[in-house]
Amino acid sequence: MLKDEDRIYKNLYNDLGADLNSSKKRGDWTNTKDLCEKGRDWIIDEIKKSELRGRGGAGFPTGLKWSFAPKEVGSRPHYLVINADESEPGTCKDRDILRFEPHKLLEGCLIAAYAVNSHKCYIYLRGEYYNEGIELQKAIDEAYKDNLIGKNASGTGWDLDIYIHYGAGAYICGEETALLESIEGNKGQPRLKPPFPALVGLYGCPTIVNNVETVSVVPTILRKGSKWFASLGKPKNTGTKIFCISGNVNKPCNVEEEMGVPLKDLIETHAGGVVGGWENLQAVIPGGSSMPLLNKEISEKITMDFDSLVENKSGLGTAGIVVINKDQDIIKCFARIARFYKHESCGQCTPCREGSGWMWRILERMAKGEASREEVEMLFDVTKQIEGHTICAFGEGSAWPVQGLLRNFKKEIIKRNNFDPLIKSNKDIPYLVDQHLLEKDNAQNKS
Amino acid sequence: MSLKKISKDQPDKFEFDQQSLEAAKKILSNYPKGKEKSAVMALLYIAQRQNNNWIPLSAIKYIAKFLNMPYIKVYEVATFYSMYNLSPVGNFHVQICTTTPCMIRGAYKIVDVCKKKISEKENVLSENGNCSWTEVECLGACINAPMMQINNDYYEDLDIRQSEKIIDEVLLGKKPKPGSYRGRINSEPENNRKTLLDLKNA
Repeated sequence: MLKDEDRIYKNLYNDLGADLNSSKKRGDWTNTKDLCEKGRDWIIDEIKKSELRGRGGAGFPTGLKWSFAPKEVGSRPHYLVINADESEPGTCKDRDILRFEPHKLLEGCLIAAYAVNSHKCYIYLRGEYYNEGIELQKAIDEAYKDNLIGKNASGTGWDLDIYIHYGAGAYICGEETALLESIEGNKGQPRLKPPFPALVGLYGCPTIVNNVETVSVVPTILRKGSKWFASLGKPKNTGTKIFCISGNVNKPCNVEEEMGVPLKDLIETHAGGVVGGWENLQAVIPGGSSMPLLNKEISEKITMDFDSLVENKSGLGTAGIVVINKDQDIIKCFARIARFYKHESCGQCTPCREGSGWMWRILERMAKGEASREEVEMLFDVTKQIEGHTICAFGEGSAWPVQGLLRNFKKEIIKRNNFDPLIKSNKDIPYLVDQHLLEKDNAQNKS
Repeated sequence: MSLKKISKDQPDKFEFDQQSLEAAKKILSNYPKGKEKSAVMALLYIAQRQNNNWIPLSAIKYIAKFLNMPYIKVYEVATFYSMYNLSPVGNFHVQICTTTPCMIRGAYKIVDVCKKKISEKENVLSENGNCSWTEVECLGACINAPMMQINNDYYEDLDIRQSEKIIDEVLLGKKPKPGSYRGRINSEPENNRKTLLDLKNA
């Protein structure tokens, strides 16, 4: 288990208070000026050496991302945007950072903004987190008052203004370009990349978009040194991470652990074990709902880091672990996830808009046992039609969980849906019949 | 993309009152000159707050004029995002998260409570016109599942009995105490804490 002194978020459970004075006692804002005075190149270099990977899901190296921002400010100002639109099912880590460690985030904002030459920072907060937004605004006001941000922030000679922009309940706005569209006052529909936001982002200006957790670990990394951070976890998967363990566990919780911690340890030690014992485990979603599930055999020995999960055809994502035990109907669980994606698809690309609905409807029927044997293959085909054929990664996010289900639970689905294809059987399932055929029947009956 | 029902019963006029106007001006100053359009989401919220939790079409028109935007652009935003209510929802809008992590911990039992106590169908006002309920997608409090949101507050770690109590209070027009209903502190593992113990005991 990670030692307490190596934990970055000391106030994860709010034992110490989130206000400025308590945060300062924990070490926030102590030598921000010195850190900034070491220069942009030093900051970016340190982050690169720490091998910090973005905590928002994709795991892109943060130092590298920052280095993409133009070195000099041209005619267009630079922006820093913090992605606090946390809506991935199974994930609730940013909420606790915003509530209990807002000053870590704000200090991170200052350092990041300094490193990428930005004077303005927008925090895109999901609209449902209204109370968290109030806490964050309180922290921002405190920081302004103490001259930690604002004009000549923390004595660094750098001006920084931080604003909160509330979202309004669209999951897709967690995608960085959709998020930028949303700040600009449009529908949150993702943009084509390239050009990447680092060159053409908010209002057409160079913009760096980072997750809350990524930015809020930065001050601690700089203070304790990149070597310290890189010594935790595994090579290329360094540092600590907040894991959210939810679902059928005895004590669901958020916990900060080293990267590469065994999944079984997380569930058994921190979350009090699976409801009904480890033998009762059916499947685990390791990284928020977009990541394919892991079956029991793999869950037994997998370690939680980007690379080992990719090797096992899944992904770390946001590290939102959803444990599903054998009391649950696994097909129904994934039908519900498919419904989530159907609801949240922005409607821009046809494969995703239509395909997500098809996946939902097929899975809903499979859960009831009304699908035919053939449709199992058909469902897999639908996921393949969506994956890779959309502007943003939402397509993959909606297709992967279904693929994971089919990979691991195909037998169960076929067992429940063992009908012959409809053409051969006379089973009367009204919505399986093509509607135009039905109309023809009706017409004949009437005449 | 969410399905939006636009109320048939629309007021003719909408204008920001003094308080909303001040809030709107403050929001506008957050964005660079010429990019006032960015404030549209915040202004829709302000209108929603002023108009008893829902946005009439006249407010959309008003905001379009206020920001010098085409009406359709504001309409687009108001219908795209799920948190803008385009028909009346009552003083207390109950939203129950039913996405998988909540579902497997029994969110649909809470839906049943709402069906019994508030109204048979989603988005229909209760008999006294005070309250309505709806199923929503992940609200981002998965470790506190099952949970619901009433207006701005989260009610976490619920069971049938607790949610019945909450809904009863809401129907009477009282605001129940938000937070966990199993007495646990924030997101810590209940009685099973293995980390940051020195801090807790200090």
